[in-house]
Amino acid sequence: MRVIKESKVVEDNWTLVREIESIADCPAGDVIVPFAFWQENRESLLANNYRHAIWIDGDIETEAVVDDLSHFDLIALDFPAFKDGRSYSHARLLKERYGFNGELRAIGDVLRDQLFFMQRCGIDSYELRHDKDPEEALAGFKDFSVRYQTAADGALPIYKVR
Amino acid sequence: MYKYDDYDQTIVDERVEQFRDQTKRFLEGKLSEDEFRPLRLMNGLYVQRHAPMLRVAIPYGLLSSKQLNMLAHISREYDKNYAHFSTRQNVQYNWPDLERVPDILADLASVEMHAIQTSGNCIRNTTSDQFAGVAEDELEDPRPYCEIIRQWSTFHPEFSFLPRKFKIAVSGATNDRAAVQVHDIGIYLVKNEAGEVGFEIIAGGGLGRTPYIGPTIRPFLEKKHLLSYLEAILRVYNRHGRRDNIYKARIKILVNALGQEEFTRQVEEEWEHIKDGVMQLDQKEIDRVKSFFTMPDYDTDASNDNTFEQHLASDKAFANWAKRNLFNHKVAGYKAVVISLKSPGVAPGDATAEQMEWIASLSDQYSYSEIIVTHDQNLVLPNVKQADLYTLWQKLSEQQLATPNIGLLTDMICCPGLDFCSLANAGSIPIAKQINEKFDDLDYLHDIGELKIKMSGCMNACGHHHVGHIGILGVDKKGEEHYQLTLGGSAEKQASLGDRLGPSFAKAEVADVIAKLIDVYIENRHEDERFLDTYRRVGMSPFKEKVYASH
Ligand code: SF4
Repeated sequence: MRVIKESKVVEDNWTLVREIESIADCPAGDVIVPFAFWQENRESLLANNYRHAIWIDGDIETEAVVDDLSHFDLIALDFPAFKDGRSYSHARLLKERYGFNGELRAIGDVLRDQLFFMQRCGIDSYELRHDKDPEEALAGFKDFSVRYQTAADGALPIYKVR
Repeated sequence: MYKYDDYDQTIVDERVEQFRDQTKRFLEGKLSEDEFRPLRLMNGLYVQRHAPMLRVAIPYGLLSSKQLNMLAHISREYDKNYAHFSTRQNVQYNWPDLERVPDILADLASVEMHAIQTSGNCIRNTTSDQFAGVAEDELEDPRPYCEIIRQWSTFHPEFSFLPRKFKIAVSGATNDRAAVQVHDIGIYLVKNEAGEVGFEIIAGGGLGRTPYIGPTIRPFLEKKHLLSYLEAILRVYNRHGRRDNIYKARIKILVNALGQEEFTRQVEEEWEHIKDGVMQLDQKEIDRVKSFFTMPDYDTDASNDNTFEQHLASDKAFANWAKRNLFNHKVAGYKAVVISLKSPGVAPGDATAEQMEWIASLSDQYSYSEIIVTHDQNLVLPNVKQADLYTLWQKLSEQQLATPNIGLLTDMICCPGLDFCSLANAGSIPIAKQINEKFDDLDYLHDIGELKIKMSGCMNACGHHHVGHIGILGVDKKGEEHYQLTLGGSAEKQASLGDRLGPSFAKAEVADVIAKLIDVYIENRHEDERFLDTYRRVGMSPFKEKVYASH
């Protein structure tokens, strides 16, 4: 996948599988599978030697994935439309409350003007919507130099800084 | 009033640059209309019937004279020499060019103002009591908390794409002048049994097509927990509020679907995780913000003046104005003055550039350079010495700013309606005009007394018609503008939603129907009873009978 990570555009080994029926269809390599598929095929997936990852959207409760966190190298958070802000809460909860220390990746309707917020919520890498130029989007991380609130990026509320 | 420090200023400056860049990308075709929409909306920029509309934030309604002068300047430079004050204590421009909006934002930033989050599905401007800081019935000034909330909610990374818009109101007084219970979150400053001041938290109120009075979900919250508690409510809402249907997406629907108990349980559970964390407010910050809202050096001799009484006795027009447009001040010898933006023949809430500049200079002379926008779409000079009132009244009169009608029938709340808003079913400004023409006898208006008419051009209820003593809702009836009336609404502490009078009326009939309603009130009222009280006592039937009898 071509993604933005650590403020650079990079190619990595993950393959995102949006929909999949049976384990026989699962491609080899590091694959990001739907959470429901993971639940059904956990044992066989765990048996392979690849890294493991799931993707979830706002319809899934963050708490539902918590027991399996240690298995995941990456969790992709879907933004089916940029207006759907549920995955921001996913991100903060996974990072701040449930201590997920793997990679959080934004997928779906991911656009430059949301990157600042996503980064603050603890998202580490971004698959930009395909019609958008990721190089150009990098500027989005620098929209603001002041942060009023605490979030998953470790910022203190402004009143603890003043 | 609150003064920006470097952090605050940097954020608004950076916002101007960000929006300048977004606008440029849009005009170059790099952003589609769909992608640009939420970005411009988060800067208060709508596309309306005739032109874009820009909504500028006035946090909790408070303006300095310098800021009001800037609003006047913007209306001259970029618009048609006037501005419209809204029911959210904000100000709107109806005719700016998209290309020049970044320059408007830069002008605003130069006086510590912005248009951040004045629309879009995010946390909007926090509103408050227009008499905050000067009211006799106030437990504590709510504005420091509004400012703390403003900062917390500005570019909140988790809550910028909520299911729907989100409005918070805070009041610190016994009488609710901020319509707290019909907000997504309503906050009252209250005292607990131990005598400590904290917050009562209400959630899930709202108007719109399914109006609710919000329930109290926490009777007492310690001050230090304010932001963590709000964060918990917002998180529950962000995760579970409906996103499949725009009409069911407000928090009130979630609170109602879950039930108040279950909703509260979820909030409290979420809050347990974060309440003792880094979000706790320390007294130092509360005191820092409070230090901006100190009272001016009042003249201790102010109440020794006797000219005020003399003028009241000798000038009936002045006495009429004083009776309606003055509000008691906690300091003897001072009054808060309400400047009516409801003079007949003018769209409610509109002020010209000249009027704004006039008011700004009067506030410099007579009221410590502060002006407050009320949610009834009027302006307030909060600190006027009684000895100055007569001169001030004369000067206000020169600019048609002394209509003596505060709280009266002609002090209507009115949304922009069909004249400006693309969602409208019907006009509201022409109805305001019709009512003004029908009720042009001042003595009669004063005799009718307090009567809140609130009018919306569609179900979105921007004119808060559900909580008008008489509510007027514009509906579309086979392509024609019709109006549905409700009676008995109120946004005060004893809040209530209006009851439907019956079938809707054609445009030409509205003022006549109101005249009949008032006849019924006058026939039935007990001494000192307001329209609302009479309605509550006698109920709907006499009104209904009279209005529909001749049909
Ligand atoms: S109530 Fe309807 S018509 Fe009036 S301003 Fe709101 S959306 Fe527009």
